[in-house]
Amino acid sequence: MQKEQILEVQNVVKHFDISGGILDQLRFNKGKIYLEKKTVKALNGVSLTINKGETFSVVGESGCGKSTLGRTILGLYPPNKGQIFFKGNRIDNLSPKKMLPFRTKMQMIFQDPYASLNPRKTVRTTLEEPIRFHQPSLSKKEIKEKVEEIMAQVGVDPGWADRYPHEFSGGQRQRISIARALMVDPEFIVADEPISALDVSIQAQILNLLMEAQEKRNLSYLFITHDLSVVEHISSRVAVMYLGRICEMGPTENLFDSPRHPYTQALLSAIPKLGETGLKHIKLKGEVPTPIHLPSGCVFHLRCPHANERCKKEIPELITLDNQTQVACHGVEEKRI
Amino acid sequence: MKRTKIFLFLGLILVLFSTVLALFAPYLAPYDPFQINVDQLLQPPSWEHLLGTDALGRDVFSRLVYGARVSLWVGFVAVGISVGIGVVLGLLAGYLGGWVDEIIMRFVDIMLCFPSFFLILAVIAFLEPSLFNIMVVIGLTSWMGVARLMRAETLSLRKREFVLAAYLNGASLLRILFVHIFPNGIAPILVSATLGVASAILVEAGLSFLGIGVQPPIPSWGNMLMEGKGVLEIAPWLSIFPGLMILLTVLGYNLLGEALRDILDPRKKENK
Repeated sequence: MQKEQILEVQNVVKHFDISGGILDQLRFNKGKIYLEKKTVKALNGVSLTINKGETFSVVGESGCGKSTLGRTILGLYPPNKGQIFFKGNRIDNLSPKKMLPFRTKMQMIFQDPYASLNPRKTVRTTLEEPIRFHQPSLSKKEIKEKVEEIMAQVGVDPGWADRYPHEFSGGQRQRISIARALMVDPEFIVADEPISALDVSIQAQILNLLMEAQEKRNLSYLFITHDLSVVEHISSRVAVMYLGRICEMGPTENLFDSPRHPYTQALLSAIPKLGETGLKHIKLKGEVPTPIHLPSGCVFHLRCPHANERCKKEIPELITLDNQTQVACHGVEEKRI
Repeated sequence: MKRTKIFLFLGLILVLFSTVLALFAPYLAPYDPFQINVDQLLQPPSWEHLLGTDALGRDVFSRLVYGARVSLWVGFVAVGISVGIGVVLGLLAGYLGGWVDEIIMRFVDIMLCFPSFFLILAVIAFLEPSLFNIMVVIGLTSWMGVARLMRAETLSLRKREFVLAAYLNGASLLRILFVHIFPNGIAPILVSATLGVASAILVEAGLSFLGIGVQPPIPSWGNMLMEGKGVLEIAPWLSIFPGLMILLTVLGYNLLGEALRDILDPRKKENK
């Protein structure tokens, strides 16, 4: 079954220059003066497609580049290489002005509900802002009605519109953040860990709100999280990231039932399950290497129990398996694992 | 906290005192400050002339009250100019970063290299010493601290998520800077502006004392001091009262600034 694509990311690379000013870059070695550039290699060739109406989750540990991926897609960071398409239109190289029509279609929900609302603006002003840029033709009355309608939809009393963010709880603020994203009737939302800063009881409410909005508006989500049980619950497809690369990607059920990549296997084995006795999780050796000096070959080879000589030299490409999952692993390709 | 309250109280009283003098000068002054009276030269303080008269027989109290207008006017306009320049350059440097930041901040460094009082002296020596020129020159030579403060605030705010959200919604650069960043980084600017008023008043008094500030017969505390210094031994009230006014007003703004800093600093709140 071929579904309509809404977003396509092709081989995106994003490196951050952290070498600082020219004086910080100066190095002396064996009587020679030279400049040394340091870069954080946040994304190293990421490709994925998101279909209309689906929830695509990206999981991985801190620093694996999942947030960078979300922000690069929305144009907060220009990618160093690669292309991003929204409904077939290339959007990664547009000027802010040309990007404007796409901004109404793509929105973002942030992790920290305490930092994502301007503390000196009332909820109404915050919610009106996106409309000011995208639908300037609306009358004051229409804007007011729209604000109240959306506030009611996300479960915040519209009578509170003239209050300031500090008067709301974390869960309510996150609802307001979601309301801001919904104001312009988007089709695609990047949700960057939208529930990880909330209490568990509130997490479920916010998830339900997001899923409700998806159903009503046929939204597509790029859901960035490190909470694997949430991923299993809400998403149709999942990508697992490690050091700026996708190591495994596929339909949620298939990936959770039979993870193939050694990293995915270790990650999934760490989910605690009810009724399970004893520790069964796979322990990985060592730490995640720094993204400043990437390991050669497969980024995971230093910690992989199945690594061989080829893994140290050659970067594995994503290969598609029978059950529609894609895996970047020489071991799986060679049928060793 | 007790110290802060005392500072705030004293500062407010002194600031209010000089402001009331300046605002209600025509009602408070018993005589015309420009009225020369050859019958009553260098009269000591009396009930008729509360603070005595000067070498031209003008009433010192009236001149002091009108002098408050000049001093405060110079203080506020100069600070307004310096805050305006500093805030705009600081916001741009902090938000845009890169070579914009590099150029603006190196320019700040260059400006800080000049001892500002002598820079003002040199500029005023070329231009005509007038009230307007003094205000502008003081403003143009005192914005660097504000620019640095605003840049630091901007750096910490520019990656905040509400700023990113505004950018993602297509907010223009000016809107991001002045609607989202500036109102959230205003606290240190407020403190710096309050302290700036004090130093601008001092600089004006210094310039006027040296004779290249506000020109007689317009009364300013600085040029009243200068006029008094020749007759210091026989008519000390000519110097004491303008000096006292400068002292109290500058002290008032400094105390108020200190108190504001303590109040607006979130770290200080914890040990309340």
